[in-house]
Formats: sequence, structure tokens, C-alpha cells
Amino acid sequence: MTKTLRALLGATALATLAGVASAETTITVATVNNGDMVRMQGLMDDFNAKHPDIKVEWVTLEENVLRQNVTTDIATGGGQYDVITIGTYEVPIWGKQGWLESLNDLPAEYDVDDLLPAIRGGLTVDGNLYAAPFYGESSMVMYRKDLMEAAGLTMPDAPTWADIEKAAAAMTDKSKEQYGICLRGKAGWGENMAFLTAMSNSFGARWFDEKWVPQFDQPEWKATLDTYLKLMNEYGPPGASNNGFNENLTLFQQGKCGMWIDATVAASFVTGKDSTVADKVGFALAPDNGLGKRGNWLWAWSLAVPSSSDAKDAAKVFIDWATNKDYLALVASKEGWANVPPGTRTSLYSNEEYAKVPFAKMTIDSINSADPNAPTVKPVPYVGVQFVAIPEFQGLGTTVGEIFSAALAGQKTADEALAEAQAAVTDEMKAAGYIQ
Amino acid sequence: MARALSPRRKLISTLAAWTVALIIFFPVLWMILTSFKTEPSAVAMPPQLFTADWTLENYAEVWARSDYPRFFWNSVVISVGSTLLGLVIAIPAAWAMAFVPGKKTKDLLMWMLSTKMMPAVAVMIPLYLLFQRLGLIDTKFGLVIALMLMNLPIIIWMLYTYFKEIPGEILEASRMDGATLWGEIIYVLTPMALPGIASTMLLNIILAWNEAFWTIVLTTTKAAPLSAFIASFSAPQGLFYAKLSAASAMAILPILILGWFSQKQLVRGLTFGAVK
Repeated sequence: MTKTLRALLGATALATLAGVASAETTITVATVNNGDMVRMQGLMDDFNAKHPDIKVEWVTLEENVLRQNVTTDIATGGGQYDVITIGTYEVPIWGKQGWLESLNDLPAEYDVDDLLPAIRGGLTVDGNLYAAPFYGESSMVMYRKDLMEAAGLTMPDAPTWADIEKAAAAMTDKSKEQYGICLRGKAGWGENMAFLTAMSNSFGARWFDEKWVPQFDQPEWKATLDTYLKLMNEYGPPGASNNGFNENLTLFQQGKCGMWIDATVAASFVTGKDSTVADKVGFALAPDNGLGKRGNWLWAWSLAVPSSSDAKDAAKVFIDWATNKDYLALVASKEGWANVPPGTRTSLYSNEEYAKVPFAKMTIDSINSADPNAPTVKPVPYVGVQFVAIPEFQGLGTTVGEIFSAALAGQKTADEALAEAQAAVTDEMKAAGYIQ
Repeated sequence: MARALSPRRKLISTLAAWTVALIIFFPVLWMILTSFKTEPSAVAMPPQLFTADWTLENYAEVWARSDYPRFFWNSVVISVGSTLLGLVIAIPAAWAMAFVPGKKTKDLLMWMLSTKMMPAVAVMIPLYLLFQRLGLIDTKFGLVIALMLMNLPIIIWMLYTYFKEIPGEILEASRMDGATLWGEIIYVLTPMALPGIASTMLLNIILAWNEAFWTIVLTTTKAAPLSAFIASFSAPQGLFYAKLSAASAMAILPILILGWFSQKQLVRGLTFGAVK
């Protein structure tokens, strides 16, 4: 072999190697801005060290904007995103549409059987896991132990709505701007309707019967709305029809709420450094009425791969890293167990260190008591605890939310609101072809 | 001739002007103040002004979490680029409408303006698909084109108004002196309408800088401007108003400074031809 030929062969080999070395795959991850997601972005050094061939770019957007952009991208087959952050509402709908890539082929070490059954069930369609949970949440009662003690009451671990009303009455002192209970009143399918739909489950109500006929004219919804309005009008803060998660969080942190029934993720906020009542907060399961269903919801922010992605393998590698057991251990080692994304894996709740986190047990008990596939006392044709997993629900939920918010603001009675909701939902369901 | 104001009336006018200015500027001022507070202080009720805990932490965190220079550079390229491209198209168009109007010129102008009344979301899917097929999603060039198209009616309208104020005889004289069509537009019309062109340019840079629908819909990472930067700090759960305010302040500061230094030009341009 001549020297020139050898040199040429050597150069070709080097060039090939260099090509392989620089064959970097870039994936775009679309996400929402919340503490756990931000924390993950801060831990990317670990991923980069383990997968130097995958470069991750982030798009962080407000929840509704993210939903709109991702929907547009997937529906038009754009392929702008390789990993998307979606909720339990979207997964059943998008999975059925064929918009998401199945994650059934994640490696065995991922241990898919370790995922909490309730959460996994909400992310599975026809046996296919379409999203991997990044963190899961339910809702529960957060209450002021000091105020309960002063009133001579004890909050049961699993209270009834009657217990809640009694406690709210005892803790209310409007002259001191101290309100017995704070609940969501701001209109929106993910705001007041998340709470009210979950609450209605515990009263035996449902959005639709088995034939998709709206049920707002039934006594169970009347009992739900009457109880809600009574609690809020007599023991709630003024202007509650404008209060969503953030507004109630502020009120609770400033010591103005005796109780707040909302997302379990709020537990770390009300006991955190920004709270003036951090050491006085107790937790209990969401209330029930003895009918077998509690008024708590189930939600998980999960990571999924849109079918339009052109880097599906790399995207799955990222999802595996971000949602496996090692990631939980990584967060614990860097930020402590209290900051580990909750509500996704059974093994986390058998961990002795994690059991010391004050709200850990109540979070898992709340999650376990919600079943998205059988959310109501009576049978229903839909999936979802605080939502109905059909594409029309965002519009329906917001319309009914506005009607109920107006009732809370005193602009209409409970009966008027329910009649209006029944008429509006019936019209929409007829237009969408569910009923004649 | 204008009547001189008495000192008392002058004082009242000045006070009234300052009051109105403060009311208009108050939300921006409050946002800037909030950006220097801690999170609990930012949401405290009653609102805290002098008792707040002041901090620079929010700016430090926002800077650390995002690639601000990239978002900033994208905003500059997109807003300046779309404005310059718009002017290149709008100057000849406004010239034709102002100096060689046809029977339907007024209708054409009204039709162009009417496109601004259409909700942006109505054309979202067609435009998105078009951009996707042309490979323009998440490109600065694509956004320059999109924003230029969005603002073109306003640019043409403003320039048309300014050009109408210029006596046609001057252009005729230049033609008699042998100026070509382009020579007339570039060497005679443009220098005379410079204040108007400058204020149109400034206003359109501001409009493009603040655009927050298309810039978020049509971008992901590479071409995302400061509007996307702000959106990334909006949180559904958790109180991060101070950080959101810091991000917003960082996004509006450049355009606020530009507006401050060019206010004379802007006011002059916007009131051009208002009094005859």
C-alpha cells in the first residue's frame, strides 16, 4: 500500500469518527413553569453527562399557551416538539387520536409497575402508556391546627362535609379578617370547576349519565352547589368569585383562612418559608358524604412524545431519565426529600426518609382515593375525576364555571345557575352529536 | 395667535398632565417596584411600598434561568427587520396612493385597515400551515415576514397621511428637472417626509417588540423573542409575581428607553398635520 493511499484511508477513518462523534441529536422539550420543572432544568448536568449525544432545548410556556401551541403543532404534524408536558386531561384524548407515541418500550429498569396505579391508569389508553408521570397530585384539606384547637375541635383524618362546615363556622371571625374556609371561585375548567366537579363526586353527582345526558338538573348537583355556596357565603372571604389557586394561597399564607381545600402540591408552599403559618398547618383527606367517593381530584403533569417528533428515541431517553427512580434519588441528594417530585412512584412512599416529610402520607392517601376510571358514585361514560376527558370539556367546563362563579358572586341563585348550566351543556352536547 | 396662559392655569395644566401621566405609567411603575421585592412582599395585602423587603434576587434568578441575550437579540432583529422591510414596501405604496390616487384608493386603504380588525386567532391555522410548509417556523426571517404583514396596513396608513401633507408641486418640479420615479421618491419625497417616516418606524418597532401572539405561536427556541421570555415565567401554581415582574421589566426596558429618547420625534410625527 502506498504512503498516499494509507494517508487517505487514515484521513477517511478520522473524518468518519469525527462525524460519528458530532452526531448530536437535539430535542426540544416543551414545559410549564412550576417548581419541579425548574428544578429539573437545574439538574441537566446529570443528563448531559450521561447522554452527551443528546442536546436538550427548553421551551417554557404558560399552561394554556403551551396547550394551544402543542395542540397546533401536533394537529398539523409540525414536529416542533420532541417531549411535551401534558396533563391527565389531554392524555386519554390525544392517545386515542394517535397523537402520542406509546411508551410501552421503555427499558425494564424503568420499572413501569412501580408507577402509582391511579396515576398510571389515567395515562394509559387501550393498554398503551402514552405519558410518563413527572409529578402527581390530588387535593386535600389544609387547615390551621391552632385555630381548630382554640375552637375546641379536632379535624378527623377523613372528614365529612358536615365536619368541614362545623369547623368553618367555628374558625370564622370576619372582624379579624379570618375566614373559616377558602375555596376556588374563579371561573375556568381548571379553576372552580376542578374543585366543584371533584366535590360533586362526593355528593353522588356526575356531569353525564351513561347516555351522555347532562345531569345538572339532578338533586345531587343541587346539594353540591347549595353546600358550596353556603360555605363560601357564610364563612368564605369577600370577593371569592375572583379567587383561584394563587389568590387562595396568598390568603392562607397570610393567616386569613382556617381551611383551604386544594392541590396537594400546595402543602410545600403553605409550610414553606413564605408562609406566616408554616408551623400551624395540618392536613386531612378531602371530605366525603359517606357515599364512597371523596371530593378530591387527580392530576399528573407528565412527559410524552408527540407522534410528529423526528427524534423519538432520544426523546424517550430523556423521559426515562426525568421520570425514573434514579431521578428522584438525584433530586433528594441535591435538594432534600421534601423537594422530590411527588405522587408518581410506589417506591417513593415506602422510602423511610421520604416518610418523614409531613405531607407525604396524606398526599399518597389522597392520590390513592381517586380513580379516574371510576370517578363517580353512579356509572359514567367518561374518564376523569375533576374533568371529563372529551375534547369539548374545556369549553363546557369554562361555560359552567362562569355560571357557577356568577352564582357565588350573588348574580343568580343556585337553581337559576343549575338550570342555565343544564341548558348550556345540553345545547353543546347536541351540537357535538353526543345526544339527539 | 394663542393666548398666553396665566401662571395659575399653567400650574393647573401641569398638575393635570402629571396626574394623567402618573395614572398611565402607574402599572409599569408598580411592576418595576414589584420586581425588587421578595415574593411574600410582592403579594402582601395591603400592598407594601415603603415597608417592602427590597432585593435584587429576582433579577439574578431570571438571568440565571434564561438566556436573556438570545431573546433580546431575537427581539431586536425581528422588530427592526420587520419595520425596515415594511417601510421598503410601504413608501412606494403610500406614494402611489397619496400622489397618484385612483378611484378605489380610499376603498383600498379602508380594506387594508379592516384586516387589522380581524382576530389574529382566526388566521392562526392557515398561517401556521403555510409557515410550516415553507420551513419558516421558529426562524427570525419567518417572524420578520409575519410581523411586517401584520403591521403593513398601519405603516401604509401613517405614511399616506404624512405624504398627503407634502405639496405635489414640489414633486412635479423635481420631475420637470428630470428626476426619475425612484429619484423622486428617494431624493425628494423621503427627505421631506423624514420626520413622519421616523415616527412610523419607531411606532412599528414598538408594536413589533410588544407583539405577543404570533411571536409565541410561531417560535419555539431559536427565534423566540422577549415576549416568549416573559411567558416562560408565568406560573399556574405558586406565587412568582416578583420574578415575573423582573422578567417583564427586563423585556420592556430597552423599548422604554428607546421610547423615552425618541419621544419628541414620536409626538411630532403622530401630530403631524393635525393642526393646519
